[in-house]
Amino acid sequence: MAKVPKPEELSKIDYKPSKKRWMDTPVEFKEGMFCHGTRAKYLETVGFPNPREWSSKDEDWKLPENWKEIVLEAIKERLGKYRSFRLFMDICVRCGACADKCQFFLGTGDPRNMPVLRAELMRSVYRRYFTAPGKIMGRLAGGRELTYDVLKEWWYYFYQCSECRRCSVFCPYGIDQAEITMIGREILNLLGLNTDWIAGPVANCYAKGNHLGLEPHTIKSNIEFMLDDIETITGIRIEPTFNRKGAEILFVTPSGDLFGDPGTYTCMGYLMLFHELGLDYTWSTYASEGGNFGFFTSMEMAKRLNAKIYAEAKRLGVKWILGGECGHMWRVINQYMDTWNGPADFLEVPVSPITGSRFDNARATRMVHVAEFTADLIKQGKLKLDPTRNDHLKVTFHDSCNTARGMGIFEEPRYIIKNVCNHFYEMPEDTIREKTFCCGSGAGLNAGENMELRMRGGFPRANAVNYVHQRYGVNMLANICAIDRAALPTLMDYWVPGVKVTGVHELVANALVMKGEKERTQDLRLEPLPGKEGAENV
Amino acid sequence: MPTMEFQGKQYEVDEDGYLVNLDDWNKELAGHIAKLEGVDMSDAHWEVVNFLRDYYQKYQIAPMIKILVKEIGKAMGPEKGNTKYLYELYPGGPAKQACKIAGLPKPTGCV
Ligand code: SF4
Ligand code: SF4
Repeated sequence: MAKVPKPEELSKIDYKPSKKRWMDTPVEFKEGMFCHGTRAKYLETVGFPNPREWSSKDEDWKLPENWKEIVLEAIKERLGKYRSFRLFMDICVRCGACADKCQFFLGTGDPRNMPVLRAELMRSVYRRYFTAPGKIMGRLAGGRELTYDVLKEWWYYFYQCSECRRCSVFCPYGIDQAEITMIGREILNLLGLNTDWIAGPVANCYAKGNHLGLEPHTIKSNIEFMLDDIETITGIRIEPTFNRKGAEILFVTPSGDLFGDPGTYTCMGYLMLFHELGLDYTWSTYASEGGNFGFFTSMEMAKRLNAKIYAEAKRLGVKWILGGECGHMWRVINQYMDTWNGPADFLEVPVSPITGSRFDNARATRMVHVAEFTADLIKQGKLKLDPTRNDHLKVTFHDSCNTARGMGIFEEPRYIIKNVCNHFYEMPEDTIREKTFCCGSGAGLNAGENMELRMRGGFPRANAVNYVHQRYGVNMLANICAIDRAALPTLMDYWVPGVKVTGVHELVANALVMKGEKERTQDLRLEPLPGKEGAENV
Repeated sequence: MPTMEFQGKQYEVDEDGYLVNLDDWNKELAGHIAKLEGVDMSDAHWEVVNFLRDYYQKYQIAPMIKILVKEIGKAMGPEKGNTKYLYELYPGGPAKQACKIAGLPKPTGCV
């Protein structure tokens, strides 16, 4: 694995572009900036084209002979299918407003990571083959031949974009590079050009129900383990149910919460909250994934994975679905699900059984974000909270790209945090809410072999955290996304050591005063609560 | 697919050097991978590796770190049941490095 340079070196970013025009500047594949190519078995599992063993470091990517035809045909098909795509290919006026808004450009200084140029990688091919001036004048009209090198360039740069949509906020025309990247990746997948890190979870989710490949007995045993810890902390034994028909609510969260710290603490948070409410809900070991790596592969794959959640809701006969703290899961649910797998009219418009609030915003998808659910509980005074238990924490909140720009959840998590913590500080305005910076690892970029890319792409986010860390002593970075919980700890250790990462429901459960609990001396991480450092049991 | 040579035999590995076939694994090969990783195998190291393999047989995935920590605490005494101790044994990470030596696939961590 490539060694990641030290932060001192990495922060010296060279923004000077090459003197040559971009089309004449060859692409250099840099170790640490790209992922392994997918192994054949993952593509076979989902019936995707061109399964074979290959390496993204090799010259020969073992493509089908007619690869060029496949690509051009695929562009043509999508130009017809998606009006947005044709529009985005045509209307850019190269004003440059987006150029310095991408965290991957800010972190690498590589001009091809400017959103406008990332789009141009595909747009130049579009011009050459699909517009009259480009067909006749070629390069003079901004057109470019589709060559093997161009294809590799696409692969390299479409997997350096986290589909975060930050650029689209600043573009006067709303050109959304994320959608261009998505189409680019979809086309690359027609040639078997996925990354191992994305294709593996997709195959796992398809075959076993979740990205990690947790089998039903593994899920149960992991949750049992968390229940033991909860009992140690609160003295309360919780008994959740699995695959229970007739439950009112199906709960679905990303599988990362069932496996890796600090996601597991978030998961303990859900378990404690739902127990305290006496919620009539069930886990599923079949729909055991909220996230959707299919979305980083192709629309079709995303749809196939998303369908499982609704099939399970139908099978179990629940009234509605509650979804955990996840990012891209919500982009898929909020913006695509209804057209792909809707209408979900076999479910009811969600109503909180505790407060009676009706979630009309979820009337199409019948799926409520747990942050909305909990914010409503607090607002209606249904929770007994002791925020002093979080007094050792100075918290800031990272808006995940997908919940922020994909569905506009800004207030709910902040409202919750302010009710369960006494010390909350915002990062600078240009780096939060709809202008939030990506963690640098979204859209399937959170692998190990591309660590330099992740640290570079996460640099602007880390920089903003560092600001509140220096200024207010912030030591906890809260979020509502499982990719964040997996990716940000590494980013913080690298750029801002001393700042830890948490899901919002971990903070909730720390503050939650539960009926019949013993006096708490430990937080969910089994660390002593403030003021309880000497207490027994610690 | 890349391979690794040991005692005149070729073993299939992935791009990060993890064994592809679980059944290729044996103690000698594990010792060899450990050497490549710069890890000097003691009884405590084997305790971790053996637990990982047993767990994998049962669950088809490496355990959560929490589970590993607790298990090692049980086997080797509570003062060793912490992540710090595991990192002392496996500086490359108890998940990544120990799994490699145990012949398990590269842990996907959280996706
Ligand atoms: S979608 Fe995000 S990562 Fe992709 S080009 Fe735009 S700003 Fe950069
Ligand atoms: S901001 Fe929009 S119009 Fe301007 S260069 Fe970027 S994509 Fe083109």
